[in-house]
Amino acid sequence: MEFFVISLLNGLSYGLLLFMLSSGLTLIFSMMGVLNFAHASFYMLGAYMGYSIGRVTGFWVALLLAPLAVGALGALFERLALRRVHRFGHVPELLITFGLSYVVLELVQLIWGRLALEFHPPEVLQGPAFTLIKDATGALGLAWGAAPAQVCQAAGAVCSPFPATRGFMMLSAVVMLVSVWLLLTRTRIGLVIQAALTHPETVETLGHNVPRVFMLVFGAGCALAGLAGVVGGMTFLTEPAMAATVGSIIFVVVVVGGMGSLAGAFVASLIIGVVQTFAVALDYSLGSLLAQLGVTLSPALQGNTLVKMTISQVAPILPYLFLVLILIFRPRGLLGTREG
Amino acid sequence: MLVSSRSSASRARWITWSGFALLLVVAPLLLSSGLSITILSQIGIAIVVCLSYNMLLGQGGMLSFGHAVYSGLGSYMAIHALNAAAAGALPIPVSLVPLVGGLAGLLFAVLLGYVTTKKSGTTFAMITLGVGELVFAMSLMVPEFFGGEAGVAGNRVVGEPFLGISFGPPIQVYYLIALYTFLSVAGMYAFTRTPLGRMLNAVRDNPERVEFVGYNAQHVRYLAFIVAGFFAGIAGGLGALNFEIVTAEVVGAGRSGAYLLFTFLGGATFFFGPIIGAVLMVLAFVLFSELTKAWLLYLGLIFMFMVMYAPGGIASLIMMNVRVARFGRLRGLIPHYVVLALTASVALAGASALIEMIYQVQLEGSDAALRFLGVTLQPAQALHWLLAGAVLLVGGALFEWARRRFARQWGAVQEDIELRVRQMEASA
Repeated sequence: MEFFVISLLNGLSYGLLLFMLSSGLTLIFSMMGVLNFAHASFYMLGAYMGYSIGRVTGFWVALLLAPLAVGALGALFERLALRRVHRFGHVPELLITFGLSYVVLELVQLIWGRLALEFHPPEVLQGPAFTLIKDATGALGLAWGAAPAQVCQAAGAVCSPFPATRGFMMLSAVVMLVSVWLLLTRTRIGLVIQAALTHPETVETLGHNVPRVFMLVFGAGCALAGLAGVVGGMTFLTEPAMAATVGSIIFVVVVVGGMGSLAGAFVASLIIGVVQTFAVALDYSLGSLLAQLGVTLSPALQGNTLVKMTISQVAPILPYLFLVLILIFRPRGLLGTREG
Repeated sequence: MLVSSRSSASRARWITWSGFALLLVVAPLLLSSGLSITILSQIGIAIVVCLSYNMLLGQGGMLSFGHAVYSGLGSYMAIHALNAAAAGALPIPVSLVPLVGGLAGLLFAVLLGYVTTKKSGTTFAMITLGVGELVFAMSLMVPEFFGGEAGVAGNRVVGEPFLGISFGPPIQVYYLIALYTFLSVAGMYAFTRTPLGRMLNAVRDNPERVEFVGYNAQHVRYLAFIVAGFFAGIAGGLGALNFEIVTAEVVGAGRSGAYLLFTFLGGATFFFGPIIGAVLMVLAFVLFSELTKAWLLYLGLIFMFMVMYAPGGIASLIMMNVRVARFGRLRGLIPHYVVLALTASVALAGASALIEMIYQVQLEGSDAALRFLGVTLQPAQALHWLLAGAVLLVGGALFEWARRRFARQWGAVQEDIELRVRQMEASA
């Protein structure tokens, strides 16, 4: 039970991080038709900038400043490069962001080096947020923060801590989502953005500067990625490979959820986050399953890689398998509306 | 009139193809050092794979981030076939091993392409990325087939030499690769002239109309994907023979990205563009990467620059100037090109001096001196940074001045050509 709860929470927090990224990606995509291949690069920039700014100002200021800086860089890129290729069509737009992902990776290695940085969370977020305690009788208890040592060391007791950084990740994702939602639906600029999404010409005729709205949306999407980067970089590793590890997963999320669907991206993020987290923790293989069912295998078959392979080993490919299955059985994605 | 233009076109085709064949035969005689033979072999392989990639990108409008899956799996099947042949389990000659790779590429394209080509455009791009990641992750999970970290090694000298050909010496492998390259290039060119190749262009340009005419756009994409997979697999098989080892990176995202980058740089809109891209790819990987540690940065910047200013790649730049030359106006532009090249190289020298110094500081510390273009740079001295920056600024300003003058001249030439074309059409 406590394994289930902690894994579920870990999975949800990872899924919410994925959604912080895929929401920005979806926003930019549904607005401008641009698939930002460099989105994960902005996530990485957020982590590195959060680290550098944090060393001067402390973490909490960096949490605010780093996303703003990343957003400004994103807006600058949109203004100088992306807008120029907009008239060539969607493939050159995708290509230029692809080129940017190379450049950002090299620049990050140039400025911060090739090794992982020691990006520690602030004092408050170190250690567990709460601990689930199962005592010898099997009853579950909950202690905020770290559980007292004597409780955990008691015979038969099991303590499962939930890291505070993970909790903070969930909190910041939820706060961010609610504020983006309020911004889009309750404010004037949000209404202009929504209108520019479907009827750019009309909005332009009404006197709004649509290219500037696009620049703002692109910058905002990058800022969201930057925020996710600060939180993710502090929780996981801040290293040059972090963009590649999360990059292809968020593309899977966007396709699985349905291109351009925020709700779809939300569902897909959570599913992939939870499934992957559980899979990593499960040490069962086809062989052990058959053994439990009472099937005895020949020694040759027992040595077979496919039979020996545990679910945790398969975990890295699960998102991609999910992608393939979705494409076969529901090509428009979970909650997508457009076909093709 | 029509007959004579047709016969002159067919003569031009004969000259082009025999020139290409001659070049493939003569190249290793002119550049006979060990390094240049290796480079030539790799160029031959790269030409096949870049052209097969361009079947998707240039001719079908399909932007794939996972083309290395098909060339890479072709490599793996080829090396396993080679090892089976060496063990006597499979009676095939070494010269047919690349075909095994090609068939493997075809089979995997049949299997994976069915899912991939369900979509077009941006979604297609993301699915290829996902499939690429899937295969790469699998390659680390199934060591029996992929050989784990160490990869699968082989030995291409199998059986008795036939007519003195054992494929041991690199030059013999080069000629095998050259033969496959010629046949593949010819095959892929022929493909562009088939009804399927034409329909593929139509699917790229206007899928709705294709559907209205009665074709299934998805089916056309799928068939083209399979053909591209076949040629990619041949390139993979040739690579397996050439290197005699296949590691998991051949199916990786880096390899796929390189195919995309260089095919685009060469020029996706012309059939011969990817050939230029392939030559550049091998030179960049073998020579340029030795020259500077920052080469990926330069590559990314050049790529972004090309996407912004010359989306047709190098091939389109060449063809634009060929058009100008045909109207006899190239002579007036040559001084402009010389000035542009000079100012650009000044600016680039300044920029790359800065980049190299930053790399030096990052990798070696600020005390180490750096040899750059025959000059010793000391990253510890502020003066050297200032000098490099000044060179960059002066070069950049001069380049911008030259570019504006050139743009005016170029515009005038183009207007003149348009005018003459219209006059000719009117008089015809």
